[in-house]
Amino acid sequence: MNAARLLQRIALFLVLSLTLAIPARAQVADSDLSPLVDALAPGNFKDREAAIGVLVSTEDPRVVPILEILLEGELYFDDATGKVVFTSAPSGKGTISDPLTGDELPTVTEDGLDKVKVNNGLRRVIRTAIGQMTLLSEDAGVRRFAAQSILRDADPAQLELLDSAIAAEADTGIRQTMEQARAVIMLKTPDASVADKTAAVPVVQAIGGRDALNVLTTALASAPAELQPTIQTAINGLARDRAVWDVAQNIWFGISLGSVLLLAAIGLAITFGVMGVINMAHGEMVMLGAYTTFVVQEIIRQNYPGLFDWSLAIALPLAFLVTGLIGIAIERGIIRFLYGRPLETLLATWGLSLIIQQAVQRIFTANIREVGNPTWMSGSFELGGLAITWNRFYIVIFAIIVFLSLLTVLKYTAIGLHMRAVTQNRRMASAMGIRTPLVDAMTFGLGSGVAGLAGVALSQIGNVSPNLGQGYIIDSFMVVVFGGVGNLWGTLVGALTLGIANKFIEPYAGAVLGKIIILVLIILFIQRRPRGLFALKGRSIEA
Amino acid sequence: MTVVNRKLAGLGLGVAMTMGAIAVPAIAQDETIKVGVLHSLSGTMAISETTLKDTMLFLIDEQNKKGGLLGKQLEAVVVDPASDWPLFAEKARELIEVDGVAAVFGCWTSSSRKSVLPVFEELNSILFYPVQYEGEESQRNVFYTGAAPNQQAIPAVDYLMENEGVERWVLAGTDYVYPQTTNKILEQYLMDKGVAKEDIMINYTPFGHSDWQTIVSDIKTFGSTGKKTAVVSTINGDANVPFYKELANQGIKAEDIPVVAFSVGEEELAGFDTTPLVGHLAAWNYFQSVDVPANAEFISAWQTYMKDPKKVTNDPMEATVIGFHLWIAAVEKAGTTDTDAVLDAIIGLETPNLTGGIAKMLPNHHITKPVLIGEIQADGQFEVVSESDLVPGDAWSDFLPESKMIEADWTAPISCGNYNTETKTCGGDTATP
Repeated sequence: MNAARLLQRIALFLVLSLTLAIPARAQVADSDLSPLVDALAPGNFKDREAAIGVLVSTEDPRVVPILEILLEGELYFDDATGKVVFTSAPSGKGTISDPLTGDELPTVTEDGLDKVKVNNGLRRVIRTAIGQMTLLSEDAGVRRFAAQSILRDADPAQLELLDSAIAAEADTGIRQTMEQARAVIMLKTPDASVADKTAAVPVVQAIGGRDALNVLTTALASAPAELQPTIQTAINGLARDRAVWDVAQNIWFGISLGSVLLLAAIGLAITFGVMGVINMAHGEMVMLGAYTTFVVQEIIRQNYPGLFDWSLAIALPLAFLVTGLIGIAIERGIIRFLYGRPLETLLATWGLSLIIQQAVQRIFTANIREVGNPTWMSGSFELGGLAITWNRFYIVIFAIIVFLSLLTVLKYTAIGLHMRAVTQNRRMASAMGIRTPLVDAMTFGLGSGVAGLAGVALSQIGNVSPNLGQGYIIDSFMVVVFGGVGNLWGTLVGALTLGIANKFIEPYAGAVLGKIIILVLIILFIQRRPRGLFALKGRSIEA
Repeated sequence: MTVVNRKLAGLGLGVAMTMGAIAVPAIAQDETIKVGVLHSLSGTMAISETTLKDTMLFLIDEQNKKGGLLGKQLEAVVVDPASDWPLFAEKARELIEVDGVAAVFGCWTSSSRKSVLPVFEELNSILFYPVQYEGEESQRNVFYTGAAPNQQAIPAVDYLMENEGVERWVLAGTDYVYPQTTNKILEQYLMDKGVAKEDIMINYTPFGHSDWQTIVSDIKTFGSTGKKTAVVSTINGDANVPFYKELANQGIKAEDIPVVAFSVGEEELAGFDTTPLVGHLAAWNYFQSVDVPANAEFISAWQTYMKDPKKVTNDPMEATVIGFHLWIAAVEKAGTTDTDAVLDAIIGLETPNLTGGIAKMLPNHHITKPVLIGEIQADGQFEVVSESDLVPGDAWSDFLPESKMIEADWTAPISCGNYNTETKTCGGDTATP
């Protein structure tokens, strides 16, 4: 797949570079250009930077694909001759060809190849160079990319090129990006006229966000006195916007953390909240759910790589089944003998959690396992001034769905009715003909299954290791106790409250102290209201 | 009732069996030399330490194939201190007193090392400690084969300053002794270099921290003042995966804000897709990708032993290898495994490391190491972008006012791990003067 992508890219850029809109500039002869390309190989990063500069100054369009490949870190050179070459597959594998002519080089072997190394500094230089060389390309996509890259670097040396590009640009969107780049350059150039700079300020301000703030703050220091008030006003405006968005961002972070807590705790809200079983092995059910995701992804990776984006959808029902069945087994095998004896339940489930952890460690080793994010869960999107990451966004949605489904099951299905009946008054329910042992097993299975679902979601933001569950068990109990035992709504409100409170304390107190403060607050709260936010009124309390 | 009790008892037994010592051979045999392996095989640190236990078994196996040591076979005694710091001390005592091991290889966190120090001093045995640590220590019975701060942290910061022109620094770490001491040294070092206090942001997080949204967003804000910013991360083991995932998702690229990590190696990177992390850095004294014959040979032997062609190697493994080879050489030189004789014999011994250099045991019980800076690649390996000459480990940092006049030298006439060169007195074993 990778090889194909690389080939595709090479082909794409060969085509693009042939159609570059600089017909006026003559191509350099192969024999002249070739040594310049080979100069990329020897020496250190400084030498390579110089070599790139020379290549760019030839303005030969064939340089662009070479730089693209170099940026990817997939450009190689032959150890013996120092010749820079292309390979058709990553890691120096596949057919080896000349970067300029595309001819195969049968004399060069894979073993003799070494990578042309790039580092961060060099990557920046290459990106700028590519932007500079493709700013006049005929392809709008390439031009947009080039314009963005120029905006990012805003190198005053490129002003002339940029001006001619703006004059030739027909696409309003791209021209806007170019004009923004020009404005940033104006503010950066010390000897630009005051009029130019004044005109640049509102353009930069329109970019908005931290980037604009960044540019303006830097410009303020070197600006002439008559310009300073204008810049200062713009900065104040931006900072005001930022402050508002920061609060919104914090609330989003809180909701996101809250949804993670909700997912982790909601299974416990059933086993502990509804049934009253102090289930210390709850975290391990979450962990098993995450490992189910890992196994599903491994199978998909090896056999059906095309299905990878569906891996989570496949893992969800499986995780629910696996952990649900294990939950039923635990209830039938251990817990049913211990009803009414919380201390012994606590010890037994704690021991069980250690056994499960160690068993997983034996099977999967103690190493962190890679659970990949499907493409639709990677990256982030902007909503006004909010940056929202996709994985967090989907987890919030998922938490809401799980919560509502669980509520529906408990409220509107027969098994839900039985569950509530048994937990509220076991003997009466039994007298009405409900098979209480079966309901107990089902309830515990449901709670464990939901924990498994949480595991699938949590594998997307954290790491998958045998200790995964331990990280969540304390938080889960905290949420359930705080929200009120036996009430799903309490769990929801509890999780969100804790999430948002945590995120508002964290910026001031730091993560460590923040956690402590939250714990202390909960202890104080429980002192005032021992039954949590939403206390369940009913016979179960008196019983 | 009885049914329940029996169940519970069975359960308890199960727990005891899982938690207890894994392999403690009962009968002491004179034909073998016993070597203690003190690494957590369960609990939070098992992720990192299990590999080192396997490394020791591998090394002992290799040595036995070569004919053992002093004509005897080596025998590994593996115990599991279960990531529980006080248990480390108990297990160390058990290894030395009950099993009579000649030397112990083990510990990972500084807390576990601090916990066993008094045991090794009291029972006069030898510990080889294979992990990079915060320094400010040199004990007579301990050999530090991992990096001291001057062999990892300081060169990494220098690299960022010179090659990336970094002016603003985020020092992010897990809240325990290694990151705190390292950050204290780094902060002082940066301020000595003329970095203003407001250009340094220090942030600590609890062990296993998983919600990095706020911190990553803070780093973004801190980095958007026009000055080039970098993150120096002493974040421990398993908190790294969510940290890097959040970095990638919030779109922080290595070209904008590079992160240089001191606790992220090949083993940790095996836990996630590194494509979005290409270009972030790590500073170590060894990388699996170092292309020298000694390393290639080691990797292939290790992968054969583990029966896993994808098994990675990492820096603490190399430190374990060096420690083991130095110990073998010292025992051969002394002709005995007697602690005092080995302690004398080992100073000044040299062994090749796996990156083509020489590791020499210095009088301060640290070794010489090259400093390598690597950039993360899409395949989970590191590309070395900077390699230094051999740097001698410095036990007491020269950048902290309270320790710059302290030196460690375990050879006569000083024989002190905490020697004040100004007052010409020995301040005791590990106590700060």
